[in-house]
This record gives sequence, structure tokens and C-alpha cells, in this order.
Amino acid sequence: METIYILWLRQMKKYRRSGLRMVLSVIQPLVYFLALGFGFNAIFQQAGRGSYIQFIVPGVIAQTILFTSIFWGANIIFDKQFGFLKETLVAPVSRTKVMLGGALGGATIGVIQGLVLFIIALIFGFHLYSWPALLLTVLLMSMLSFAMVSFSSGIGAVVNDMPSFMAVTNFLVVPLFFLSGSMFPLDNIPGVMKAIASINPLSYAVDAMRATLINQSHFGLPVDFAVMTGTLVVLVVFSIYRFRRTEA
Amino acid sequence: MNPIISVHQVTKTFGKLHAVDDVNFTVGEGEIFAFLGPNGAGKSTTIKMLTTLLLPSAGSMHLAGIDVVKEQAAARKIFGIVFQDPSLDGDLTAFENMELHGVLYGMERKKRGARIEELVKLVELWDRKDTLVKTFSGGMKRRLEIARGLLHHPKILFLDEPTLGLDAQTRNLLWAYIRRLNEQEGMTIFFTTHYLAEAESIADRIAIIDHGKLVAMGTADALRQKTGTDNLESAYLELTGSQVRDETLSSADSKREMIRRVIVNR
Ligand SMILES: Nc1ncnc2c1ncn2[C@@H]1O[C@H](COP(=O)(O)OP(=O)(O)OP(=O)(O)O)[C@@H](O)[C@H]1O
Ligand SMILES: [Mg+2]
Repeated sequence: METIYILWLRQMKKYRRSGLRMVLSVIQPLVYFLALGFGFNAIFQQAGRGSYIQFIVPGVIAQTILFTSIFWGANIIFDKQFGFLKETLVAPVSRTKVMLGGALGGATIGVIQGLVLFIIALIFGFHLYSWPALLLTVLLMSMLSFAMVSFSSGIGAVVNDMPSFMAVTNFLVVPLFFLSGSMFPLDNIPGVMKAIASINPLSYAVDAMRATLINQSHFGLPVDFAVMTGTLVVLVVFSIYRFRRTEA
Repeated sequence: MNPIISVHQVTKTFGKLHAVDDVNFTVGEGEIFAFLGPNGAGKSTTIKMLTTLLLPSAGSMHLAGIDVVKEQAAARKIFGIVFQDPSLDGDLTAFENMELHGVLYGMERKKRGARIEELVKLVELWDRKDTLVKTFSGGMKRRLEIARGLLHHPKILFLDEPTLGLDAQTRNLLWAYIRRLNEQEGMTIFFTTHYLAEAESIADRIAIIDHGKLVAMGTADALRQKTGTDNLESAYLELTGSQVRDETLSSADSKREMIRRVIVNR
């Protein structure tokens, strides 16, 4: 346990010392939130769908977490390039713990960023439907973040250079995000898009958070939760497997 | 002496390249063993295999009787290592780097603190212990890495070009300390270097590797005698050729090839 803790702590210290990075990573989702939220609010309301600002907040929180977490594996590449990874790989600790410690650090950061966005949304007039459900939201945020960080760590363990890593993650992040229902409701879209969205794990995370934050859901919270749990398990196992096979 | 490191018919290939080619040797407990060879000879690859970072393509290796391939976890407890390339976390302080290492090696908190202080003072970085490592000079980083490699009282210390980039003062200080550890704690030292004088004055025995093959092994005296030279540098050049690596065999090389066979089969 102490091993996982110290590796988690390492990431927290690095994060705290990163200064500008902390601020910058919430700016992009904030722009989405403000521009789209206020930009489309009137049209959305005219269509009889209620407040778009309300609707988009869970999507933007999911986006913040997705963008922070899916690039997490870049830290593994840095650890390879700056050599620190070797220090952990020759230590008498299991690779599973090495992976988990780092990934929990990344997941914590993802959740912090998500919460920062949530607070900003509150300031801009977001209305939370039930405060107790916020706890559940934090759990969902943690699951999403941990799943994405694990996935990204797994890729980081396989790939050896930053350009390939960025190519792979950039290739994934755009469709994951835009075909997830983060920005629009899933009920009135063309069948193909709907089909894609329903095999996109992020759709379920967004949907789950919409359920807990504004009490709206497309798939239903139990389904969301089941899919999220399944995805989390698969991605953590994938990452542990890749880590075990890492040579330096 | 009992062998604490034994390497048996070890080969490592990268594609077609035989980076390490059928290498055999043993190192006795408490020995100071120098592993020399030109650039690209296979020194670091051998150390990486011995320290579980790379799997051998063939052959077997044991550290204190533990199979390095089959019992990785147990093998990792036995050694400390200073890699050829940097391996510190620049975003952490010197102390944090040491502490993290202590935790990874399961050291108890109290012992850890005392040992960190002792070692960081020894490498004369105690007044900088709370500085981020990325602001350290190359030599300071190297000293810290050496201190870190010693933290958990390893039985074997692998040092891959530990003195690279260090000034003469620091090199002397370091070797004096390593020798003391060797004498007091019986720590086995396995190191590589391109400073032949270091090997000559420190090492009990020397192995020379070239193109992945072991070409000679013995005390500095023995190597000098076998090659009919009067210092290790000449012996080394006699054995490995004065040409920069990756040349085709010249006639001088084929003569050396003969000397090699004689020595290895001695
Ligand atoms: N991961 C790798 N993939 C492919 N080739 C490699 C890899 N690692 C090492 N090599 C090759 O194996 C050979 C031996 O390399 P190694 O690093 O062991 O040399 P060395 O003796 O440590 O040299 P130096 O004194 O320059 O550090 C070299 O030809 C090198 O290019
Ligand atoms: Mg080397």
C-alpha cells in the first residue's frame, strides 16, 4: 500500500508544481461551456428542451476529465525519456502497483479538474438537482477518470515516443468526445450516429452524470453504471498487462 | 569465493544484431569487477539483463543463486543500480527522490530517514536536499543517483559508467567511498567505465567485451602479461583494436582475434 501511496503522492507533487498546466487544462472545456452553453441556450429552449446550460454541464465535466486523462500516458513517455521509469521497473515492487499508483494519481487530477469545472458552472448559474447526488457524481467522475488514465497509461507503456503517442490519442479523443452525446441529446439523431454513440463508453459516463446532476437520462443510470464498470475493469486490466511487459 | 553473479551462455539479440553473444562469467562475493569494452560492445545490455530490465534471448543468469529471469521479484531485492543514463525525477527534490526509493524497497520509515541523511551527506548534497533535482548540475545528479543506489543496502551494486561527467575530485571521492563499502559491508561491485585507470586501480578483476563477445578476463596484471604490454590501456587496445567501432576485420584485427582465442581459452 505504501508503494501505491508514494507513487500517487509523486504525481500529486508534480501536479502541484506544474503551475500553469493546472490552469490551462480547464480553459478549453471552460470555453466550450461558455461559448456553447450561452450560444445555443436560446435555440435549445425554443425547441422545448429546457436549458442548454443545464444540459451541457455534465458533458463539459466529462470532457474535462476525458482530455486530462487520455493524455495522461504522456507522463509515462516522459518517465521513459527522462529515465525515471527504469527506477520503478527494477524496484522489487509489482508492476501492477507501479501502474496503479501512477494511474490513481492521474485519476485524482482528473476528478479535481472536473470539480473545478463544476464549481465554475455553479458560479455561472448551473442548478444542481440534488446535492446528495453530487457524491454519486464524484464516484462516476472517478470511474471515468481512472478508466481513461489506465487506457492512456497502457498506450504509454507500449509506445516509446511522443509523436506516436499523440497520434494515437488524438485519433481517439475527437470521435470519443463528439460521438458521445456530451454536447447534444441522443434521442433525435440519425440512426448511424446513435449506433456509434451507443458503443462509445463515454456516452454512458456522460449519461450517468446527467442522471445524477440534472436528473435526465437516455440509457438509465443502472445501464450506465454497468457499462462504466465493465469498461473500467477492461481498461485497468489492459494497462496492467501492458505494464508487466514493459522493458526499458 | 562463492559466485554471487553467474552468467551462463547469455545471448541478447536485437533483430539480427547480437548485442551480447554467448557470454559466460562469474563474479565472487565481495569482488570489485570491472566490465570494459568499446562503445556498443554490449556492457549496458549485459547490465540491463542482470538487473531484470531486459530478458536474455538465451542463457541463464543468477544473482546470489536466484534466477534473474524466473525469480525477478527476489532478484530485484539483491542489487542496487546506477544506470548509464539519468533516472531521477527532476520534478521532485533530492530528498523526495531518495524517499521514494526507500519506500519502493520496503525500507522502514525510521531506518530510511537515517540512511538517507547519512548518504546524502556523504555525497555532499545535504544542504541541497530540498531543491528540485532538475536544477542540479550533471555531477550533482550523478552523486545523488549513487547515493540512491546504495540506500537499501544492496548486496551487489551495478554501476554503469558511474563517473561519466564527474570531475577528478568527485571521482576520487566516489571510488574511495565505494571501496570502503566494499571492504566494510562486503558489497560486490560490478562497474563499467571508459577510464581505464579507474579499472586498473580499483578492480580485483577485469572482463573485456567487444562486439558482444567476452575477449578477455583476469586481473589487470594478468591482462598486461597476456598481451605483453605494460599498462591496462595498451592491453585494452591490443585486445579490442584501436579502431573506432563497426569496422570490418583488417589484418591487424585477425591477429587480435588470435590473441583473444588464446586468452579466453586459457
Ligand atoms: N533496445 C535496443 N534495440 C536495438 N539495439 C540495441 C538496443 N539496446 C542496445 N542495442 C544495441 O546493442 C549494442 C550494445 O549496446 P550497449 O548499450 O550494451 O553498449 P555499451 O557497451 O553499453 O556501449 P557504451 O559504452 O556506448 O555505453 C549496440 O550496438 C546497440 O546499438
Ligand atoms: Mg553502455
